[in-house]
Amino acid sequence: MLTLILIVLPLLVSISLFFVRNERWARNLALAAALVEFGISIAALVQYFLYCHCQLLFRFEWLSGYGISLKFGMDGLSMLMTLLTTFLIPIIIYSSFTQKVARSSTFYSLIILMQAGLVGVFTAFDGMVFYIFWELTLIPAYFIAAYWGGENRIRITLKFFAYTFTGSLLMLVAIIFLYFRTPLPHSFDHIWLYANNLNPAEQVWVFLAFFIAFAIKVPVFPFHTWQPDTYVTAPYSGSMLLGGLMSKMGLFGMIRWMIPITYSVLNRTDGLFIIFPLVGIVYASLIAIRQDDLKRFVAYTSIAHLGLVAAGAMALNSQAMQGAIIQMVSHGINIVGLFIIIQYIEVRTKTTSIGELGGIALKAPRLAVIFMIILLGSVALPLTNGFVGEFLILLGLFKYYWLYAAVAGLTIIFSAVYMLWMYQRVMLGNTNAVTENFTDLSWKEMIPLIGIVIMVLWIGVAPGMFMKLAENGVGQIIGVIR
Amino acid sequence: MKILITLIPLLPLLGFIILGLGYRSIPKRVASILGPGTTFLSFILSIILLFNIRYSIFNIHLFPWLSFSGFMVGFDFLIDPLSILMMLIITGVGFIIHVYSTGYMSHDEGFNRFFAYMNLFIFFMLILVMGANYAVMFIGWEGVGLCSYLLIGFWFKNQQFNNAAKKAFIMNRIGDLGFLLGIFLIFLNFKSFNYINVFDIAKTMAPGSGTMIAITLLLFVGAVGKSAQIPLYTWLPDAMAGPTPVSALIHAATMVTAGVYMVARSSVLYVLAPATMEIIGITSLATMFLAAAIAIFQNDIKKVLAYSTISQLGYMFLALSVGAFTGAMFHLMTHAFFKALLFLGAGSVIHAMEGEQDIRKMGGLKNALPKTFWTFLVGTLAIAGLPPLSGFFSKDEILAGVFSAGQSMWIIAVAVTMMTAFYMFRLLYLTFFGSFRGSEHQKTHLHESPAVMTLPLLILAVLAFSGGFLNIPELMGGKGILKEFLAPVFADALKLNQVQHLLVPEKREWFNIVLVIFLVLLMAFRAYRKFGMLETGNGKRETGNGMQDAGSKNVFIRLAENKFYVDEIYDAIFVRPALWLSGALHRFVEVKFIDRIVDGTGNTVIKFSNIIRYLQAGNVGVYLFFMIIGIILILFFNIIL
Repeated sequence: MLTLILIVLPLLVSISLFFVRNERWARNLALAAALVEFGISIAALVQYFLYCHCQLLFRFEWLSGYGISLKFGMDGLSMLMTLLTTFLIPIIIYSSFTQKVARSSTFYSLIILMQAGLVGVFTAFDGMVFYIFWELTLIPAYFIAAYWGGENRIRITLKFFAYTFTGSLLMLVAIIFLYFRTPLPHSFDHIWLYANNLNPAEQVWVFLAFFIAFAIKVPVFPFHTWQPDTYVTAPYSGSMLLGGLMSKMGLFGMIRWMIPITYSVLNRTDGLFIIFPLVGIVYASLIAIRQDDLKRFVAYTSIAHLGLVAAGAMALNSQAMQGAIIQMVSHGINIVGLFIIIQYIEVRTKTTSIGELGGIALKAPRLAVIFMIILLGSVALPLTNGFVGEFLILLGLFKYYWLYAAVAGLTIIFSAVYMLWMYQRVMLGNTNAVTENFTDLSWKEMIPLIGIVIMVLWIGVAPGMFMKLAENGVGQIIGVIR
Repeated sequence: MKILITLIPLLPLLGFIILGLGYRSIPKRVASILGPGTTFLSFILSIILLFNIRYSIFNIHLFPWLSFSGFMVGFDFLIDPLSILMMLIITGVGFIIHVYSTGYMSHDEGFNRFFAYMNLFIFFMLILVMGANYAVMFIGWEGVGLCSYLLIGFWFKNQQFNNAAKKAFIMNRIGDLGFLLGIFLIFLNFKSFNYINVFDIAKTMAPGSGTMIAITLLLFVGAVGKSAQIPLYTWLPDAMAGPTPVSALIHAATMVTAGVYMVARSSVLYVLAPATMEIIGITSLATMFLAAAIAIFQNDIKKVLAYSTISQLGYMFLALSVGAFTGAMFHLMTHAFFKALLFLGAGSVIHAMEGEQDIRKMGGLKNALPKTFWTFLVGTLAIAGLPPLSGFFSKDEILAGVFSAGQSMWIIAVAVTMMTAFYMFRLLYLTFFGSFRGSEHQKTHLHESPAVMTLPLLILAVLAFSGGFLNIPELMGGKGILKEFLAPVFADALKLNQVQHLLVPEKREWFNIVLVIFLVLLMAFRAYRKFGMLETGNGKRETGNGMQDAGSKNVFIRLAENKFYVDEIYDAIFVRPALWLSGALHRFVEVKFIDRIVDGTGNTVIKFSNIIRYLQAGNVGVYLFFMIIGIILILFFNIIL
């Protein structure tokens, strides 16, 4: 039941926000709703651990004639992703308060709608329902970027939309194809889709359709070129939604759908497809080094970091997959933290150009410390959240093929290079005309960042709970593979 | 006992948290008690532990760190003689340096921040040596790297310093990748990260297997980064950008020795990989020679000491490579004493010279800074290896071990010992002897440092003088207390050791000892002739290295003066290509190739779709609205019906 509430509540709030004329009210209502949603997800978490393995399943026959049922549930993986969503959405909404938003009732309505879509994606256990929610998230993401975005927003968001939509269509075709390969009466239920009886050639086609759809969403090299432009042009809330949450849909899709259904293709191709994200790690890291725009910089680092996650997911062993799931959560938290900081910097200095900044640490020690902690999470220093996932992914990859781990491990060096150099040019050194009057964070501004910092350290030092949740998800998928 | 052991790293961590959170409100006086205080308490607790360790080793499980089905990495501590020795050095020397810092940093506005970082460093360093498995060691391993980064770039207004900090972190991370891969290989072969489990299985394995060589080599890559050996040593001289107490604590006494500790800890694995041992031997010989050669031509007081540290670390690795594990740890300890002493002495000199670090502009300071001079002298004698100071015993032990393993290695090691004596006495004479060559302003302001700085010098001088008595070899009628203390740790490794040791007759050993002492004295004398009596600041001798005139320099000297252009070479083959690639990939591959294909595909589709598009027209917002309504209705009808 809680699962259902988690989806319906934001839908209702989203609708009602359309009708709220007062802008202050709109944003406060949105924040309140997001916080209530977070509360409910915590209740779901408690319920999960108290009555373990009930999975909070919820199922209704919908178009039962077609074998589509509204099947939602929460295993450990869904739980973790839902928690990530409900944790980040209030933070994203709250941090948007620092900038004035035009037509804010529509804006917040779309963010809340996005939340409904995300929770739906992460909890759907029916292929068609998964697809519907998958598409549902694209709508708010598109409008947020297209209406509230910056320069060239129409051209860039059109590309984003067309690109990801193409991927979705491929996925839809694959899901329908699979449906017709399930025993009579056909069904979209994940159990039936998992137990498909495709012949090897068909499997390859289905795999490719899934792979491209998810690779675009993550994005995985070389399907990533929509992403840097979109991150740059989208408003901060949009970039946070895209980088923090939407990218996880792609990875989630790989783990929940692509791998259990077509893992045999991965086995047969002997790690061929892992090469894409591996190349992406090196490629995007190298490009990130010389980027001057902070948002574009984060976009490229994200391609590198998520490439590692994708590689881990496809290594098909429990360590790598466990690490991949944990790293999805960590990356979501860290990238939102980075975007919040960049937003604060832009609000104060009117620029996101690394070259124009400098010396901010002198003026804003609080910001400097928080920035450093989140940055350490991104470079995967032990006892921060980034390390846990990265360690396990690399270990799993090493088990799969040592050379892959050696290449993927380059991220250890690269991340230090680009992150520290960026930090040095933005925060250290002496102040200049742009940063002269930089004011430190107020307590109000620190609230969302403190939340992020707590998560960075919590997952880094004592990841027990998160490991348990991920373990449950991994267990099921590895179970299918064996 | 568990609480006591947990408190040892926890206290400095608490110090860090308190100082870090209250960096603005905590007064300097409180910080100058809190910072050293936590380290001191940890030191006391370590001593208590020392007296309990005789009876048993402690393996303590704190909490499961990374664990899920069939996989478990515990946050565990292993306390045995080896870790105790390291803990005592870290907290003991660490405490002394903390106290010194309260004086050295007293005028710095980042006082609290400094002690917060220093405490954090002590915490991570303790985790590094106390961990019971490679994963926990890795926490400390990377953590000390972070603190090193933060402290090298402590004065972050200066981008030069920040560059040095960044360089240190990145070069360390190159090593860390190797280390991490080594850890993975260990896990795959031994199904555990725990030292005890791993070594128990390893003991039964045949020596020289490819896996073992791969494991030990990968781990050694980590050691090369952290302990600044060829080819990853160039960060250490740059790291001197940090405040001098940092150089003493992190870049001399403790962090840079982590690699030595790690190899000693993994001694069982290393003795089973003779090929790796040979590589370590070659690397260390090359490093100690190269670094010593550069040190002779350095004019920055801290840079001389930095290259000297690299060279001395080479000694420790050389000892490890011939299986003289106790010798390596012994030298690690004495080096911590005398090198910390030398750095702090250098700090005192820099303090008196108002920031001047060029020894060509010093001279004659022995009268103005008597306490600093006498303690510095002790440090110099100790590092040169003159009896009965600590360095004599630890170096002798290494040289004896090397001699029995291979005479050609011994000859190089002795040559480096001579070079060490030469550059150290050069440093001593140029700084404290002759006449003052600085500015008039500096001359009038020369002053001895306050007691809070000279007292630590005195304590370290006592340690540097007498530390060697802990392990007087049997040859000289000693008992080898340290050897006995560490024996249980290295027992397995020594049993399995593959390195062939010749039996050296006692007479020959005595001859070697006397020969080395003679050569060291000879070098001290030569250095005195050249540098001991420099009078003016204007003479020819003052330029360059004070050895020869520019015209007559030979190629080797010119190379050494320029540090063999290693930084420039790295810049040319790694840094520049990477930066170029970064730009080129973005401009050509990303924008002009991949994205163009994407856009091309898109545009083709758009052309076609333009034809179809007139079939439908409408407001997307309306579609959206009805779509949501639809979904809700579906959900509700299903519940109601």
